[in-house]
Amino acid sequence: MTDVPSPQGWVRSEDAPRLPAPPNTTGPVGWMLTNLFSSPMNSVLTILGASFVIWIAWGVIDWALIRGVFTGEDREACVAVPNSGACWPYVWAKFHQFVYGFYPFDQRWRVNICFIVGAVTLATMAMPSLPYKKWNALFLLVVYPLMTFVLLTGGNLNLSSATIYFITGALLFSALVVPIAAFGIEEGIQRNKLALILAGIAVAIWLVSLFVSMPEINAFGGFISVATLINLLLLTAAAVLSIGHRASTRDIAARSALLGWVGAVSAIIAVLVLVTADFGLVQVETQQWGGLLVTLVVAVTGIVAALPLGILLALGRRSKMVVVRLFSIVFIEVWRGVPLITVLFMASIMLPLFLPEGTNFDKLLRALVGTALFSAAYMAETVRGGLQAIPRGQYEAAQALGLSYWRMMNLIVLPQALKIVIPGIVNAFISLFKDTTLVLIIGLFDLLGIINASFSDPKWVSPQTGTTGYFVAALMFWVFCFAMSRYSLFMERRLATGHKRRGI
Amino acid sequence: MTAVIDEARPQRVSAFNDPKIRSRVAQIIFLLLVLWLGYEIIHNTAVNLARLNKTFDYKFQFLWTTAGFDIIQRPIEYTRDSTYFRAILVGFLNTLIVAALGIFFATVIGFIIGIMRLSSNWVIAKIATGYVELIRNIPLLLQIFFWYAAVLKPLPGPKESVNFFDLAFLSNRGLVTLKFIWGEGSGYIVIAFILGVVGALAVGHWAKRRQERTGEQFHSFWAGLGLIIGLPLLAFLILGGPVTFEYPVFKGFNFVGGFTILPELIALVLALSIYTASFIAEIVRAGIMAVSHGQTEAAHSLGLRSQPTLRLVVIPQALRVIIPPLTSQYLNLTKNSSLAVAIAYPDLVAMGGVVNNQSGRAVEVVLIWMFIYLSLSLVTSAFMNWYNARVRLVER
Amino acid sequence: MKSKLLTLALGLGLSVAAVSAASAGTLDDVKAKGFIQCGSNPSLIGFGFPDDQNNWTGFDVDFCRALAAAVFNDPTKVKFTPLSAKERFTALQSGEIDVLSRNTTWSMSRDTSLGLKFAGVTYYDGQGFMVKKSLGVNSALNLNGASVCTQTGTTTELNLADYFKANNMTYQVVAFEKNEEVLKAYQDGRCDVYTTDQSGLYAERLKLAAPDDHVILPEIISKEPLGPVVRQGDDAWFNVVKWTYYALVNAEDLGITQKNVDEMKNSTNPEVMRFMGKEGDFGVGIALSNDWAAQIVKHVGNYGEIFERNLGEGTKLKIARGKNALWSKGGLQYAPPIR
Repeated sequence: MTDVPSPQGWVRSEDAPRLPAPPNTTGPVGWMLTNLFSSPMNSVLTILGASFVIWIAWGVIDWALIRGVFTGEDREACVAVPNSGACWPYVWAKFHQFVYGFYPFDQRWRVNICFIVGAVTLATMAMPSLPYKKWNALFLLVVYPLMTFVLLTGGNLNLSSATIYFITGALLFSALVVPIAAFGIEEGIQRNKLALILAGIAVAIWLVSLFVSMPEINAFGGFISVATLINLLLLTAAAVLSIGHRASTRDIAARSALLGWVGAVSAIIAVLVLVTADFGLVQVETQQWGGLLVTLVVAVTGIVAALPLGILLALGRRSKMVVVRLFSIVFIEVWRGVPLITVLFMASIMLPLFLPEGTNFDKLLRALVGTALFSAAYMAETVRGGLQAIPRGQYEAAQALGLSYWRMMNLIVLPQALKIVIPGIVNAFISLFKDTTLVLIIGLFDLLGIINASFSDPKWVSPQTGTTGYFVAALMFWVFCFAMSRYSLFMERRLATGHKRRGI
Repeated sequence: MTAVIDEARPQRVSAFNDPKIRSRVAQIIFLLLVLWLGYEIIHNTAVNLARLNKTFDYKFQFLWTTAGFDIIQRPIEYTRDSTYFRAILVGFLNTLIVAALGIFFATVIGFIIGIMRLSSNWVIAKIATGYVELIRNIPLLLQIFFWYAAVLKPLPGPKESVNFFDLAFLSNRGLVTLKFIWGEGSGYIVIAFILGVVGALAVGHWAKRRQERTGEQFHSFWAGLGLIIGLPLLAFLILGGPVTFEYPVFKGFNFVGGFTILPELIALVLALSIYTASFIAEIVRAGIMAVSHGQTEAAHSLGLRSQPTLRLVVIPQALRVIIPPLTSQYLNLTKNSSLAVAIAYPDLVAMGGVVNNQSGRAVEVVLIWMFIYLSLSLVTSAFMNWYNARVRLVER
Repeated sequence: MKSKLLTLALGLGLSVAAVSAASAGTLDDVKAKGFIQCGSNPSLIGFGFPDDQNNWTGFDVDFCRALAAAVFNDPTKVKFTPLSAKERFTALQSGEIDVLSRNTTWSMSRDTSLGLKFAGVTYYDGQGFMVKKSLGVNSALNLNGASVCTQTGTTTELNLADYFKANNMTYQVVAFEKNEEVLKAYQDGRCDVYTTDQSGLYAERLKLAAPDDHVILPEIISKEPLGPVVRQGDDAWFNVVKWTYYALVNAEDLGITQKNVDEMKNSTNPEVMRFMGKEGDFGVGIALSNDWAAQIVKHVGNYGEIFERNLGEGTKLKIARGKNALWSKGGLQYAPPIR
C-alpha cells in the first residue's frame, strides 16, 4: 500500500512574505523608471544622451542669442565685439534679397500676390475636409501657373507670326476630330471625307514646305509664305465642313463632341490672349529673380510639369505596346541613373545646341526643363507604385464594362492610384525642393545661391557672416521640408484605408 | 437566301476597330515621332556645332590631348603633361573613393541611428528621431557647404597644425599622416592576403557543410580571421618587413611627403554619410520592425538564445527588407557625390567640367558623364535583381 | 526651314516665347528689340558688379553702356546677364547675349575655334599672385610647395601649371567654380596664394575683411589681353563693337571728354570734326548715326574717364594706368584713326 497524497497537497498555513511594492509604472516617476532608468546601462545612456542634447542646445542658444549681435549698420557691428555670435543685422539687411533676389522694389507686390494666392489655395487644397477639391485643383494646376507667369514676368509675350499661324492651323485641324468623336472612327470618316481630303492636302503642303522654301507675299501686316496662306484656307474649309455638318444634327453625342472642341479651343485661345496681352506690367527678366522666389518657382514648376509627364511615363511603362514601353523604360532609367547636376549641366550647356539655330532660352527656363524631365522620371516610378497597388479586379471590371483604355484609366484606375501615391508625391516634392539648391552650381541664384553670393559683399564680411547665413538657409529649408513631411505622414495615415495589406 | 454565319468564328471587324492593328499603328506613329525628335536633336546639334567651327568628335580623340592643368588629389600618377583621358580617369577614381568612404560611414551611422530609434530608452530614441528629422530636411548641398566651413574655419594653418606624436598632423590643409612605401616583394604579401581570403571562404563553406551533416559546430569566423590576417603577416615577417614609412615634414608652406587626406574629402564624406545615414536609419528601422515579433517568440520556443535568434532569425529576414532600399541609397550617395564640384573636390563631374572648359567639348563630356553614371547604376540594379532573386521567399 | 518645326513645337509645349533671334544680324536685332543684352561679370568690383538694387557698375559694364550710347544715343538701353567663367562662351554662342564684356582673355584657341571674335583689347592684364603679408613672401619664385586657390575653366589654371613647371616648383591647386568660392577658401586659410588676373586681385582684395594684410606680388606670369567678344561671322556688329572701343581711345587721344564734348563740336580741328560727325559720314559705314562717337563720349566719357571712374586712383582699387595708358604716354592703348 502506498501513501495516497491528500487531494489538497499542501496548504498554506501562514501569510506569504510581503513582496516589495511593484515599481511605479504610472505618473512621471514611473514613466521615468520604465523609459529612462530601467537598468544601470540605460541610466548611463540617458544621462549621456541628455547632456549631449543640452550641450548642443546650449551651444546654439549661446551662439544665436546670448553672444549674437542684433543691431548695427554694417560689418563693424559684428566685427567690433570680440568672440561674437550670430551676426543678425546682416540677415535683416539682406532678408529682402533672400526672398526676392534682385526683383525690382516697386514691383515686389506682384511676387507677394503670387505667394499669398499660392499659399491660400494650396492650404485649402491640402485640408481634406474642405469642399470644391476639383475646382481648387483646376485653379492650382491651370489658372495659378498662368497667373504667376503673367504676374512674375509681366506677360506681354511676343509670339512670332509663324507661331500664331501654326497654332491657328493646329486648332483648325483639331476640328476634324469632332465628327470622329461623335460617330466613332469609321462613320466619322465616312461622313467627313471632303474635310479630311482638304486637311490631308494641307498637311502635304506643310511637309513639302519644310524642305522647299516657298515665295512669300505681303498680307496681314507682314510677310506670309504662300504655303501657309493656302494651308490656313484649306484648314478653315475643313473645319467649317466638319463642324457645320455636325451643328445641324440633334444627336447628343455630336453636340457634346462639338461643345468639347469649342471648350478646348476657347481655353487655348484664352491662354494665348492672356500671355500675349499687355496688362501694363513692367517686364521683369528672370535674371532679376532670386532667392526663395526662384527656389519655389523651380520646385513648383518642376512638380507641376512632372506630374502629367510622370503619369504618362508610368502608363507607358506598364503599356502592352512594346515600343512605348521600351521608350518609357529607357527614358525613366536614363534620367534616374544620372545625378541631377549632370542633368542641369546638360540643360544649360547642351539644350542650346539641341535647338534650331537662332532659338534661345532663358537660363531659368533651361534649368526648369532639366528639373522637370528629371523629376518626371522619379514621379513616374512613384505613380507606377500606385498603379501596381490597384488590384487586378479593378482593371478587369472596367474592361468588362466595355470601357476603352483611356476611360478605364481616367475613371477607374488613376483616381484610385493617385490617391494612394499622394504621400509619395509630397515626398518627391520635398526632395525636389531640396534639390533646387543645385541650380546655384549652374549660376542661378536660388535661396542658397543668393545667401552664398551675399557672403562676398564687402559691406558684411565678418567671421560670423557665413555661419549666420547658412543657419538662416538651413532654418528656412527645414521649416518648409519638415512641414511637408508632416503633411505627407498625415495623409499617409488618413489614406491607409484602401488596399494596403494589414497583418499577415 | 439564308446567310450562314459561322457562330464560332467572330465576324471580321474592320481595320479601324481591330485593337491589334490600332495598337500597331499607334506604335508606328509613336516610333516615328521619337525618331523624328531624335533626328531633329542630332541634326540641330550638328548644325550648331558646325556654326561654331566644331564637329562631334565621335572617336573621342580630344581625350588624348595634353591636359595642361593640375589636380589636387591623384590616386594614380598624373601631372600637367598627362592627357584629358587621364584627368577624367582621376576624377572617376576620386568619385569611387568618396563613394566608398561615404557608403561605409553612412552604413555604420545609419545602422546605429536606426537601432537607437528602436531603443526602449526614451532619450536615446528621441535623439535618433531628432537626428533623422533634422538632417533629412536640410538640402545636402547646404550641408556640404556647412561641413566644408566647419572643417576649414576652426582648424589652424599648417604651421600651427595639431600634432599627433609626429605621426599625423591636422590643419586646414587636411590630415597629413605617414605614407607606406612598399618595398620589393610586397607582391607576395598581396598574394598571401588573397590566399587568406580564399582559405577563409573555403573553411566557412566546409564548416557549414559539416554542421549540416553532423551538427557539429566549428568556429569558422575565428579560423577565417586568422587566415586573412595571419597569412599576410607571416609573409611580411618572412620577407623581412619590406615596408618603409615616409614621414611628413613641414617645409616652407606645407607638409612635404606623407599621405594627405584633403579637407574637401573630409567635408564631403562627412556631409554625404551624415545625410545618407538619416535615410538608412529609417530603412533599418522599417526593416527590423517588419520582422514580426512572432518570429522571435518562435525562435525562443525552439530553444534558441537571444544572440542566435538575432543572428539566425531576425537579421536575415530584416535584411531582405533592408537591402533593396539600402542599395538605392548607396546609388544615391554615389550620384550625390557629384556635388563635390561645389567645394573643389576633383570628382568625375568636376574634372569633366574642367575638360569641357579647356577643350570646348561639351557634348562629348556630357556623354562620358552619362555613360559612367549609367553604367554604375546598371551594375547596381543588376546586382539588386540577382540579390532579390536569391533571397526571395520561397512560398508554397 | 526644317528647324522652324521644332521651334514651334517647343514654343507651344512650353508656352514660352522662344526668343527667335532672326539670323539677319545682331545689329538689326539689337535695333529691333531696343536694347543690348550684355554678358558681364556679377562679382568683380571695378569691372562688373551689381549692387542690391541691381544697378551695375564697372569698367566692362561701362563698355556696354558706350555701345548702347553709340547705337541708341541712350546708355541705359542695355541689359546685363550675369555670367560665370564657365557659362560665358555658351551664352554668347547660343545668342543669349549680344556681346560678352566680362574680363575675357583673348587667346588663339578662343578666337579661332570657339566661333567667337575679339573686338579689341580694352584692358591689358596679366596673371598675378596675392599672398598674406605675414608669410613674408616677396616674389612668386618663393612659392615652392604652396597651395594655390584659383578658378576652374580659365586660362589662369593653365598658366599656373605652366609657370610652376617652368620654374621647377611644386604646388597644390585648389580650383573652384566661382570666384566668390575662391576668395572664401583663401580667406579661410585653405591656401597660401590666390591667383587670377592682377586687376582681379586688386578687386578681390577689397572684399577681404582686412585688405591691408594681403600683398600682391610683382610678378606677372602671363599675357591676359581682356576685351569684348562677339559671335564670328557677323561683321556689321563686330565693327560696331570694335569701333566703339576705338572711339573711346580716340576721344582720349583727341582730348575730348564728357565735359567738353559739346564745346568740341564747334572745333575746327578736322580730326575732331570727323570724330564729331561734322565732316564725312563715317557713321554710315557702321549703320549708325553720324555723331555716334560724340554720343558715346557725351554719355559715358572717353577711355581714360571710364578707367579713372572705375579703376583709377580715385577709386578703392587704385590701379595705375600702366600698360593701359595711351600709346603716346608709354602705354599700349592705340586706336586707328577715324577717317
